[in-house]
Amino acid sequence: MDDNVTSNPQKNFFEETEGRKGIFKWILSTDHKRIGLLYFYSIISFFMVGVALGLLMRLELLEPGGQYIDANTYNSAFTLHGVIMIFLFIIPGIPAVFGNLILPIIIGAKDVAFPKVNLLSWYLYIIGAFFALSTLVFGDGPADTGWTFYAPYSVNTSTNVSMSVLAAFILGFSSILTGLNFLVTMHRMRAPGMTWMRMPLFAWGLYATAWIQLLATPIVGITLLMIVAERFLGVGLFDPSLGGDPILYQHMFWIYSHPAVYVMILPAMGVISEIIPTFSQRKIFGYKAIAYSSLFIAFVGYTVWGHHMFTSGMSGPARIIFSILTFIVAIPSAIKVFNWLATMYGGSIDLKPPMLFALGFIFLFLIGGLTGLVVGALATDVHLHDTYFVVGHFHYVMFGGTGFAFLAALYYWYPKIYGKMYNVKQATIAFWVMFVGFNILYFPMLVVGIMGMPRRYYDYLPQFHVPNIISTVGSWILVTGLIMVIINFIKAKKISAKEAKNPWGGLTLEWTVQSPPTLFNFDEIPTVTSGPYEYQDKEER
Amino acid sequence: MENDKNNHEEEHHIVSYAANLKIWVVLLVLTWLTITVAYLDFGNLAVAVALLIATFKAGVVLTYYMHLKFDSKLLTILLLITVAVFSTFIILTFFDYAFR
Repeated sequence: MDDNVTSNPQKNFFEETEGRKGIFKWILSTDHKRIGLLYFYSIISFFMVGVALGLLMRLELLEPGGQYIDANTYNSAFTLHGVIMIFLFIIPGIPAVFGNLILPIIIGAKDVAFPKVNLLSWYLYIIGAFFALSTLVFGDGPADTGWTFYAPYSVNTSTNVSMSVLAAFILGFSSILTGLNFLVTMHRMRAPGMTWMRMPLFAWGLYATAWIQLLATPIVGITLLMIVAERFLGVGLFDPSLGGDPILYQHMFWIYSHPAVYVMILPAMGVISEIIPTFSQRKIFGYKAIAYSSLFIAFVGYTVWGHHMFTSGMSGPARIIFSILTFIVAIPSAIKVFNWLATMYGGSIDLKPPMLFALGFIFLFLIGGLTGLVVGALATDVHLHDTYFVVGHFHYVMFGGTGFAFLAALYYWYPKIYGKMYNVKQATIAFWVMFVGFNILYFPMLVVGIMGMPRRYYDYLPQFHVPNIISTVGSWILVTGLIMVIINFIKAKKISAKEAKNPWGGLTLEWTVQSPPTLFNFDEIPTVTSGPYEYQDKEER
Repeated sequence: MENDKNNHEEEHHIVSYAANLKIWVVLLVLTWLTITVAYLDFGNLAVAVALLIATFKAGVVLTYYMHLKFDSKLLTILLLITVAVFSTFIILTFFDYAFR
């Protein structure tokens, strides 16, 4: 069958327009690959806006005192940076883009279970994004509350909180529908012979994620509606002057938003679990442990939200319990890291760009994870809460973790989706520029945080000057790396590649179909007879 | 065969008036219990007691009036998962409120 595909390629999904023309072949298509690409282009566009806001903030922090923007603009800038990066980039990022592009193929299905609902979730995403960005031009300016919209300030501020909250609400529905779609797809549409224990680990990551999307997202929807009720009707749920409790808001917000952290990281871990065995040409070590640890993270992740609230005035016993539970989450995360390392041990490691970004992920996620334990421990968090240490920590986890995994996935599956190949040498250089820039940008934040610099201030004391200069220079290096990545991908679209069908020697199902895949992925749904990473067997064959 | 299956399910959906009436009486008794315990001082446990009775009542309604007992077990499992998740949230939140 393979030879047929190579010698006589069928119409790929780009060429198969289903009778639609121009933009309509994109915005009306229910093909999971086109929807994945719609997400990809929109998410990358919003990411650029987020990066621009980040650069602006770093530029302002180059010197103490006000330089380029005033304090209020700075407040709105970090709020919008947070809202865009969290709700428009990291949460939908890997599931919506690579989940859509790859999940059906990797489990041997023709599409997701509900293709029309899939398209609807993209539309909801775009409507939500429109509301989020429209705060820039409508009303009294973008919200200045931070992306967490903490009450009672979010209830009282005159800035456009209602619009931002509405945006997050709509984006939540998009996320729920994607999660539901993936759950049903994995339950109902796996290829014959693909038992749960033969399902690739990327799918396992998405499976655990989908449960969180489905069960936790409605809570933030309710919470955000409560903010709106409070703002317009003065109900008094969170405002102490009306008899409300502001800490209740924090509880409700983090009940969703902490599990959301795992919506961000679990698919990333799934990507890494695909890349490591392929580029080590070894069977993954501890398949079951990695698969179950995803579920374990999803489960325990529900119970740790209080660690965001150690200094909020929450009761002592609650703080101790949440701190203990937080330490438990470290266990399944560490299981994954050890299993990835064990997979590489004795393997023939090939340092191609996807592998470099995967290794970058492990290194940066490790720093992010360990600094997470520092702020997860009750005693140390009291000192570090709301300092730059926290900012450094979550950028290591979110950007160093999920962001690098996103790029790893892009480098890994790019040849599959486009049937083209990028310049490997340039990609390798871009990785190193990004990796160095990343650490120069974020490591000083950890240091300056321990020194006592608070987050979310547009000004700082002179003793924090040097680390802030280093950090800002790092942001320029990191952005240079990002630009190199983008230029490489744009140039790559013009270069066709013969080896694009399976350039890495992967064994999962997506590497058995042509690149780019056909509209329905498979001529004939394959029957799966072994696990996804049997590289030893491949050698014996 | 599809029709047979549907007919089969239809049969199960018929619950006698007598049975429905008994369940109604059970619900009335539980409502009386809710009001009665509201006058007793359980301290911090007052909410827990009220929630327990309410949960039991909701369970009875779901099982009989909403036919969960006669439907696919999958629906029951899904419901129980949701209840478990929700209970986790409530219990952990009350570690804060009960000890403040």
